Order: sequence, then structure tokens, then C-alpha cells
Amino acid sequence: MLKELRPALMLLVVMTVLTGLVYPLAVTGVAQLVFPWQSAGSLVERDGRVIGSALIAQNFTSRGYFHPRPSAAGAEGYDAASSGASNLGPTSKQLADVVAARVAALRAENPDVQGPIPADLVTASGGGLDPHLSPAAAAYQVPRVAKARGLSEDAVRDLVAAHTEGRQWGIFGEARVNVLALNMALDARAAMK
Amino acid sequence: MDAAGILQITLYCAVIVALTPLIGGMMARIFSGERVLLTRLLGPVERGVYRLCGVSPDQEQHWTRYAAAMLAVNLLGVLLLYGLLRLQGVLPLNPAHMAAVAPDLAFNTAVSFVTNTNWQAYGGESTLSYLTQMAGLTVQNFVSAATGIAVAVALIRAFARRSARTLGNFYVDVTRATLYVLLPICVLGALVLVWQGVPQNLGAYTEATTLEGSRQIIAQGPVASQMMIKHLGTNGGGFFSQNAAHPFENPTPLTNMIHMVAIFAIGAGLTFTFGRMVGDTRQGWAILAAMGVLFVAGVLIAYGAEAQTNPTFAALGLDPALGNMEGKEVRFGVAVSTLFAVVTTAASCGAVIAMHDSLMPLAGMIPLVNMMLGEIIVGGVGAGLYGMLLFVVLAVFIAGLMVGRTPEYLGKKIEAREIKLAVLAILVLPVGILGLGALSTVLPAGLASVQSGGPHGLSQILYAYSSATANNGSAFAGFGANTLYQNTMLGLAMLIGRFLIIVPVLAIAGAVAAKKTVPASTGTFPTHGGLFVGLLVGVILIVGGLTFFPALALGPIAEQLLLGSGTLF
Repeated sequence: MLKELRPALMLLVVMTVLTGLVYPLAVTGVAQLVFPWQSAGSLVERDGRVIGSALIAQNFTSRGYFHPRPSAAGAEGYDAASSGASNLGPTSKQLADVVAARVAALRAENPDVQGPIPADLVTASGGGLDPHLSPAAAAYQVPRVAKARGLSEDAVRDLVAAHTEGRQWGIFGEARVNVLALNMALDARAAMK
Repeated sequence: MDAAGILQITLYCAVIVALTPLIGGMMARIFSGERVLLTRLLGPVERGVYRLCGVSPDQEQHWTRYAAAMLAVNLLGVLLLYGLLRLQGVLPLNPAHMAAVAPDLAFNTAVSFVTNTNWQAYGGESTLSYLTQMAGLTVQNFVSAATGIAVAVALIRAFARRSARTLGNFYVDVTRATLYVLLPICVLGALVLVWQGVPQNLGAYTEATTLEGSRQIIAQGPVASQMMIKHLGTNGGGFFSQNAAHPFENPTPLTNMIHMVAIFAIGAGLTFTFGRMVGDTRQGWAILAAMGVLFVAGVLIAYGAEAQTNPTFAALGLDPALGNMEGKEVRFGVAVSTLFAVVTTAASCGAVIAMHDSLMPLAGMIPLVNMMLGEIIVGGVGAGLYGMLLFVVLAVFIAGLMVGRTPEYLGKKIEAREIKLAVLAILVLPVGILGLGALSTVLPAGLASVQSGGPHGLSQILYAYSSATANNGSAFAGFGANTLYQNTMLGLAMLIGRFLIIVPVLAIAGAVAAKKTVPASTGTFPTHGGLFVGLLVGVILIVGGLTFFPALALGPIAEQLLLGSGTLF
């Protein structure tokens, strides 16, 4: 095996240059030229300041905003430098307690809504940064948001519909609503009361 | 289960079957030394690599020399990556000022990437510098994948050749796999990923002020280039802690489809390469068919289990329509998340888009079973094919015993030496999973990592050691993996799971290559029909079932029964 050390080492050096430097740097160069916005992280600005990324969930707590899914990223949640999930299993008592607490809080916050709760609204996502809600989870929050904004429920519902993406190409994935985009549209439409 | 979910699963399978002869045929030409489309462009680079390494491309190697070269490249790779991880704090391209990685974690990570496992005991965005991600992890993503392809190709040549002493040249096979197969697909794929929203930059993490006025640090980096090879090479180590569930690694359902297709593309293609190079493409399709039967069965069981709501949650008033959403992303939903979980463990990828720890018990059992069977359902690039051929050797041996003839496969007599070596390689899995796993259930240092009570705790240990030994890299991530004990033991499991299988496989290849080919007669058992596919699937399930069923009964199966009775831990 000793005879193989020199060619093996040289192969690793060459591969490091080719696949570890040339390849990622070439892709970076082309990507920044052709897709400058995406390659920089799909950052969203308002009044010249970065307010987040279109792809990354941020927390919303006021009654006049749609709230994202619960997050287990970082200690406080929604930590975009420390993605994370609960990793609690189906027979975990801790998970059952957490979900029960979220259900109670949700019902208290949305007293006008009856009926079953969309599962994504009370469960933590895989990355902790899920930027989307299911259409049902957005619909659940419409009465609360409408009241806080002084808008009619129908007006808010229209806004949600306008921000609902169907399955990609009609086939892939699931229908979804981007929470940040929806909340920015809300701000553009009507100030909070 | 709904129609949209079934449609996506069917489409996925169709794409893989359609790609198999394209990619497989291309690889057959590449590894037979023929010219391909890119030869004009990359030929000079290829010759430059050989000159720098002092390798003469025409000089073929005996299996022992081929194995020595493989071990030298891989063990030196561990050392280099370990060094990089330990020194990243003083090296450039480190805008987030990451410190040196601790010795045990660096050992575990270096072994993990060299063995194509890509187990993440670390959180990428909070531990590693851009230089480490690119010049360390991405490089081993390529080299470990190329190593797997090279070993598979050596074994294919063994069956294709007659009375041959050599299997090819390891350096040439690795170089050609990297230059002509992996790199071109990665460059194109990475750009498509960026178009869909995967970041690719070298800037510092972005600071944002959210709409409600709080501060959010957004980690980014050269993500797209690593994503593409991570899936194409069935590596699976994420740029971010939460892997492909992170919206930056996998922003849209389309990127997810690209990831899933990339995971199976080369592994499935190699079955066609095998058929083409041994001169009978039906042989390759038969192997893919056996893989397909096991795959579809796994997907259906897992999807069925995951589409149910957790009965505990149903009692709280949750709408069952979306299924079990804990640990899942809205854009993917239950159908796609379950498909991905089965794909990533059928192949030895280990990337995840949903947290396997939070899957329903029976849905979580399918990834576990896929890994315990040795990831031979398409499998890791190269590793899937050579793992499957070990079972083929066993299957023709058993068929031979039944009719009282010397078993043969593709005209090569399968004799005592090959059977012994195949059994040795297959035994590595139970030793790593049940042996080392059992140790973790009794030693306090091992038990400390278990986060869950009840049978789920055992599942976490089983999953960790299955993932490490089978070189998968996905996890029941509640398991506290970053401890001195687990970093060391799981590193050991990865090493034996990789090299104690590859070396016997190369020994089998050496023995098979040297044999004469006997012409097929009326007594020859045909290995391209439905009967053989059934026999092969049966052997895989019986060998795996007898070995691992007791452990599964105490883990996921017991948990499913307890869930039904409402028991929580």
C-alpha cells in the first residue's frame, strides 16, 4: 500500500482543486451573474432595509399579522442561523403536551373560529424555518387578522387567495401560502388598528 | 393517501426507469474507455490528472493492488479532512468565524464523509466554515461517490471478463467517474437549483430586521454546489443542520424532485451499465426489477402509515386532512416527505426533508429496514449494485443447492471462496447494527444519548447504528450523537460498514475475473426472469428478516401497538 501513497495523495490534491475550489467557485460566478437575487438568498427589502428572506420563516406575534408555523430553530424559534426540529416521536408525552398547549393558545387567540385545527398550525416544521402555511391554516387566521386590521373578512380572504400557490406545475408538492409575502401585502393594504 | 400523492410517486418511478438506460449506457461507454461527448473538452484535464499523479492509465491492477489504491485514497482522505476540520479557525473563507472542530467530532465527521455516510453530528451553519464545506466536504462527496462507482465497475468487469488477472485501474476509474459522470451533472443541476432559490455565495451571514422589528441572522453560503453532489453522490450531508428540510437547501417542490431523481439516477443507471458490460441487458433489468419490487412495497407501507393522524392529536381536535405534520414542511406534505424518506434510505443518501424521528412508528420502520437490508434497493452509488450482487451470489447458491448443481452466474461458477466472502461481507451489517447497537443499550455512556422513553428509545439506537454501519447518514435526530462515546463508536461502525464490505467485494471480483466462462446449457438457471427476481427478493427478505425482526419487534412494532392503546412516554 505504501507504493500507492504518492498517487493517492496527488489524486486527492487534484480533486480538492477541481471539485472543492474550481467547481463551487465557477458555479458561484455563473449563479451570481445569471441569478443574482436567488444566489444572494432571495432577500426581501422594504424602504432600503433587508427585512428577511422570501424563503425563510420569521416570527409574527401581533394579531394583525398571519402567524407562521411553530418553530424549533434555536432557543427562541425562527433562528435562521441554527435550523432545528423538535425530533419528538409519535409516543412522546412532551410532544402531546406541547401540541395541546398550542391548541389551547390558538383557540384563545381565534375565538371566532370553530372546527378542526389544520395540523401544520400546531406542529413544528422540519427545518424550523418553513416560510409557508397550508391554505387551511391561513384561512383559520382570517377572522382575527381582519378584525385587527379593520378589513372585511372577504377582503382578507381575497388577499390570501392571491398569495396561494398551487402545486408546482400543477403536480409537484402541496398548495401553500408564503407568510412573509402575505403579511407585506397586508401592510400595503391597511395599517393595523 | 390521495391521488395527487400516488401520481407524484408514479411519476418519480417513471422518470427513474426512463433515465436508467441513458445514464447507464453513458457509464458503460465511459468505463469501457470509449469516447463520449465531453471527451474533447475534458480529455486534456483527464490526462493532466494522470500525469500529476504519476499514473499510466493503461496499466491495469490486480484486485489486491486495486484495493490498496482504494484504501490509500480513502484513508489519506480521512487524514486530510480531519486536518482541515481542526484547522478551519485559522484558514480563509470563514466569514462566520467558526472555531476548530473538537477532535472526536472531527474524527467522526472525517470518517463519515469519506465513507459516503455523511452522518451529521454537527450543525453545518453553526460549526463549519465555507472552506471546510467546499474544499473538505464537497471534495469527499465527489471522491467517496467515485470510489463507490469504481468498486462497482471493477466487480462488473470481473463478471464480464474471462480468465483475467486485472480489474482496471482505480485511479482511472475514480477520475473518469468524477470528470465525466459527476461533475457535468452537478454543474448543470446546481444552476437549476439556484434558479429555484438555493443560495450560492461566499458572503457573510445576512442580518435582517423583521417586519415586527426583531433581528434575524440568515445563514447562507455556497449551498447549491454542495446540494447537487450531496444527492447525486448519495452522500446526504447537509449544508445546514436540518438538511434538505431547510428552505435554502430545498426551496420548492421542483428542487425536491431534482434531489430525489439525483439520488437514484446513478445507482439505477449502474444496473444498466452492468447489463450492457456483461453483454445481456436483461440481467441488469432483472436486478432493477428486484430493487423496484422492494422499493414500491416500502413506499406504499410508509405512505399508508404516515397519512394517518396520530390518535393522540386527533383527540385534541386536529384536522386529519394533512396527515402527520410534525417535522414536515408544508410545501412537501406527507406524500412527498414519505417518498423522500424511503428514497434516501433505499439509496445510501441520508438527506432528509422531514424529521424521521417524528415519523409514525411503521413509517419510521421502513427507512430502518431499508438500511438493515444493506441499502441494496438502488442503493448508494456503486455500493447498491455491489451490495445487491452479494445477495445475487447467495441467491444462485441457494438455487444451486435446491437442484444439486454447482451454482453459476453469468457463466461463472460460484464456488466456496466466493460464498465465504459474500457471507463475510453480509455479516458486517448485523455485527455493526446489533453488536455495536447492543453495546449502546447497556453502557451508560451510550444510553446517555437516548432522548425518548419506551420503545422509541430503542428505535433511536437501532437507527443510529443502522445508519452508520450501512453508511446512510440520516438519523432519528433526537438521539444525542455528538458525545465522545457515540462519535467514536459510530465512526467505527461507519469504517467497518464501508471497508469490510468493499475489500471482500474486490476479493470476489478478483476470484470471479480469473474464472473461465462456461457456456449456458439447458440446466443453467436463468437469471433474467421473474422466477429469479422472486428468488432474489425472497433471499433478501429472509436473510434480513431473520436477522433483524426481533429488534424491530421491540422497537417500531411495539411502539405502534402502544400508540394504538394511547400509551405515551
